[in-house]
Amino acid sequence: MLQLEGVSAAYGGMAALHAMSLQVAKGEIIAVLGANGAGKSTLLKAIAGQVERRGAIRFDGADITRLPAHRIARLGINLVPEGRRLFPRLSVEANLRLGAYARRGEAGRFAPLDQVFALFPRLRERLAQRAETLSGGEQQMLAIGRGLMTQPRLLMLDEPSQGLMPKLVDDIFDAIRRIRDLGMTVLLVEQRLVEALAIADRAYVVQTGRIVLAGAASDIAADGAVRRAYLGM
Amino acid sequence: MSLAAVVQMLLSGLLMGLIYALVAAGLSLIFGLMDVVNFAHGELLMLAMYATFFLWRGTGIEPLLLVPVVAILLFGVGMVIYRTLIARALGVRANRGMVQIFITFGLAIFLQGAAQFAFGGDFRSIGHSLLANRTVAFAGVYLPLPQAAAGVVCLLAFAALLLIARTEFGRALEATREDREAVALLGIDRDRIFALGWGLGAASVGVAGAMLAGFYYTSPDVGANFALIAYVTVALGGFGSLAGALLAGVLIGEVEAVTAQLFDPSLKQVGVLGVYLLVLLVRPRGLFGTL
Ligand SMILES: Nc1ncnc2c1ncn2[C@@H]1O[C@H](COP(=O)(O)OP(=O)(O)O)[C@@H](O)[C@H]1O
Ligand SMILES: [Mg+2]
Repeated sequence: MLQLEGVSAAYGGMAALHAMSLQVAKGEIIAVLGANGAGKSTLLKAIAGQVERRGAIRFDGADITRLPAHRIARLGINLVPEGRRLFPRLSVEANLRLGAYARRGEAGRFAPLDQVFALFPRLRERLAQRAETLSGGEQQMLAIGRGLMTQPRLLMLDEPSQGLMPKLVDDIFDAIRRIRDLGMTVLLVEQRLVEALAIADRAYVVQTGRIVLAGAASDIAADGAVRRAYLGM
Repeated sequence: MSLAAVVQMLLSGLLMGLIYALVAAGLSLIFGLMDVVNFAHGELLMLAMYATFFLWRGTGIEPLLLVPVVAILLFGVGMVIYRTLIARALGVRANRGMVQIFITFGLAIFLQGAAQFAFGGDFRSIGHSLLANRTVAFAGVYLPLPQAAAGVVCLLAFAALLLIARTEFGRALEATREDREAVALLGIDRDRIFALGWGLGAASVGVAGAMLAGFYYTSPDVGANFALIAYVTVALGGFGSLAGALLAGVLIGEVEAVTAQLFDPSLKQVGVLGVYLLVLLVRPRGLFGTL
């Protein structure tokens, strides 16, 4: 579904990714792991079109390397960014509905609301509240829900468990699994290695802008030497 | 001072203030959306006034009926300015803020020069229309009809802006202003939102200009004074706040009217700028500002 070949990315001339290649197949959950500053977020931003990039990025066979971010999103790739990036002064409902804004004119564009409420019942109770008044966990649910409203085929999540209490972390990982079961493909950047490897099919390990390891999630989780060398666990 | 004179003073301040408010609303909308100060805002007002004058002179159509035409015209002008100039300025790599200032400042000088060249320096005014030069008197207070109509139309325009803010497009506008990158992740073309925002901001000033042309002389440099007041109004009301623009506009109209009445008409701007400095000292983010 998604192929990266020799993808580099830079911030104002400062290289952050070096010739990365990876593949994501339909229906997979892929984990991207690595230390702080390794380039995980940059990788997702490169796919989403939010950072200068070179190389070849293909989505369902189409070259998306040079498309602007909103066109990439319309092809069915949604990035739930680091830090959530909600619209703080708009209501929960407005935040959700904006996910369907680009589909104006399409019948049933708000249909994913039911999915979102099934995954995160709490959002339904908070519809009229401003996004900024939500707790951290609810904000993450809203960020994912807003992403689902775009009806993505590939959902990219950048550290969805960041700053959440343990109970909520479990809920979020549970939701990610259920999202995959709904037919979506998930590319998951995480610092919580155990949980991420437990739900992922495969994983890539990133270090200083390069992929240093790729393999089945269960193999990486089981290989103590690999875990110590690359993941510090 | 008699009661009638006081009412007269407050009334004229209110009516002028509503025009100031609408001009400022357009400026504030654009600034709030994308942090670009439009230094050519006064020249958009000037264009709207000339458009009204020449459409009236060319067709004889009642100027009130021309308001929507001029609004649509200015909407187009705003979109074109965004697409041809501002979008490019946003794309530069270095000194983006400076480039934006110089581009809209240059546009202002260009538009003034072009108007001078095309229309000459003469003062133009709409001599006869349904309302021109008519007043109604009540208990010693005179209500000039063109100004009264302008006040009503400006309030209607504010109502329209508030309604638009509640539509799905209005939410997209607000979202873009809160986080222009997050919006793109949802497939929203922020360039299009910015262009429509410029259109809407220019259309607001277009409505104000079309009404102003009914009782104020039109000339190539008419915009400068109104623009200055608009910047003060936006700063006073709080950047990006529609309600703030409305209240600050009326407040400034009143300060101007009171200064002119109590001291000297030539001092009215001193009063306005005095209030502005006071607000800067006491509440720098403006009355309704969130920034
Ligand atoms: N907006 C930015 N501007 C400049 N450099 C950045 C920016 N974002 C990230 N970087 C740099 O790019 C590298 C990768 O960062 P990032 O992708 O955010 O890492 P991770 O998500 O793995 O923590 C780091 O060296 C970081 O300092
Ligand atoms: Mg990161």
